[in-house]
Amino acid sequence: MAFERKHILGLEELTAEEITLVLDTAESMREVSDRDVKKVPALRGVTVCNLFFEPSTRTRSSFEIAEKRLSADVLNFTTIHSSVVKGETLLDTARNLEAMGASMIVIRHPMSGAPWLLARELNSSIINAGDGWHEHPSQGLLDLFTIRRFKGRIEGLKVAIVGDILHSRVARSDIWGFSKLGAEVRVVGPPTLIPKYIEDINAKGYYNLEDAIRDADVVIMLRIQRERQDSEFFPSLREYSRFYGLTRDKLKVAAPDVTVMHPGPINRGVELSSDIADGAEAVILEQVSNGIAVRMAMFYLVASARRNS
Amino acid sequence: MADKVVMDSDSINRTISRIVNQILERNNGAADVVIVGIRTRGVHIATRIANEIEKLEGIRPEMGTLDITLYRDDLRQKTEWPKVEKTEVPFDLDDKKVILVDDVIFTGRTTRAAIEAIMDFGRPSSIQVVTLIDRGHRELPIQPDYAGLKLNTLSSETVRVHLKETDGKDEVVVVKQ
Repeated sequence: MAFERKHILGLEELTAEEITLVLDTAESMREVSDRDVKKVPALRGVTVCNLFFEPSTRTRSSFEIAEKRLSADVLNFTTIHSSVVKGETLLDTARNLEAMGASMIVIRHPMSGAPWLLARELNSSIINAGDGWHEHPSQGLLDLFTIRRFKGRIEGLKVAIVGDILHSRVARSDIWGFSKLGAEVRVVGPPTLIPKYIEDINAKGYYNLEDAIRDADVVIMLRIQRERQDSEFFPSLREYSRFYGLTRDKLKVAAPDVTVMHPGPINRGVELSSDIADGAEAVILEQVSNGIAVRMAMFYLVASARRNS
Repeated sequence: MADKVVMDSDSINRTISRIVNQILERNNGAADVVIVGIRTRGVHIATRIANEIEKLEGIRPEMGTLDITLYRDDLRQKTEWPKVEKTEVPFDLDDKKVILVDDVIFTGRTTRAAIEAIMDFGRPSSIQVVTLIDRGHRELPIQPDYAGLKLNTLSSETVRVHLKETDGKDEVVVVKQ
């Protein structure tokens, strides 16, 4: 099957076959990172711009390493240093980058839908690195990739996503990805942080942690954003941690070979106890390494589709 | 038009035996020799070469497989990019004699890509190219060190190498267009 998408904007619009092709390609890309010379010439001469309107270290670095391992030329554009502070619009900024020769733009933006706007208006290929509360497709894909490597499959697995589902783009991409590949997806958190439409996107909502993680093969912990502790969503961080923080004791109800993931950065002792974060069930650092291979696969496939069109 | 069979199972076996003997003669045995096959059929020929060396020398050379997709020089032109398959070279190539195996050498572009890929795994003391069929029409200054059969072909013809491992039988055919 040939990949025919010029952009990767979200997992909602990808088919199961397209997702599987990304994962298979990432499987082949993984080996490049184990070599003496960690570089292949596939994207030589292609300029990729990382356009980040939100602070990010992990995701931006991972994209940048993936670009460099494919020999692309990399241009980093972060808002604190840019003319955005002088009042330039998103579209003007992106058009300028395109005029400088960027043929692929990786964008992170606080507004949901921003990558779609660029995809509609520009000739460049757009890769969504996280938009608002909406989607974070590369994180969803690397979560799928990591689980497929550890479990050998996605289909039939019970996957529980724990925490602030309402504001989490990781949760949304994971829900689409895991459900499309045939997993049973459950989400759990305080009622204020579980969106009402959750059943409509093929996930089952829970308010009790133990109910949600019972017999689960995979538990995905989300970061609770500390800045929300003063908001009205839950009374206190301590109370949140008590009900929804994952501890060894609570994890006993999950499947014996449960795998625990976290997109980082971790609030140790809030959503995840340290003995689990550093324990045998956690694959948090594998997620980070796998992220590079998955992003390399995304670039390769998008570049091949560009050539096609 | 009709396909022409240019090698059968027996002649393929004899040719591989002869190439193995040439490799051992030139390298004074199999010390420091590693075999790297280019996907897909080069890998099967590489495995047969490794088996034969093990039979004759009592040691089995290390084996790797190479997918050259990410090194192709036509990625900027190709309309359909091939799927990237796995490369596995799980050992150090520094100071090794690399026997690079492909089924057919034609333009030389695949071999060039493979040589570039090998260089990213270390600094071998030499790279020696093995091919079952040399069909001519080189576009780059690259020649095989060990060639099974030299064929005079037209550019428009296709040479198909069938191997038991992938195709159920051993046979080389020239297909006229």
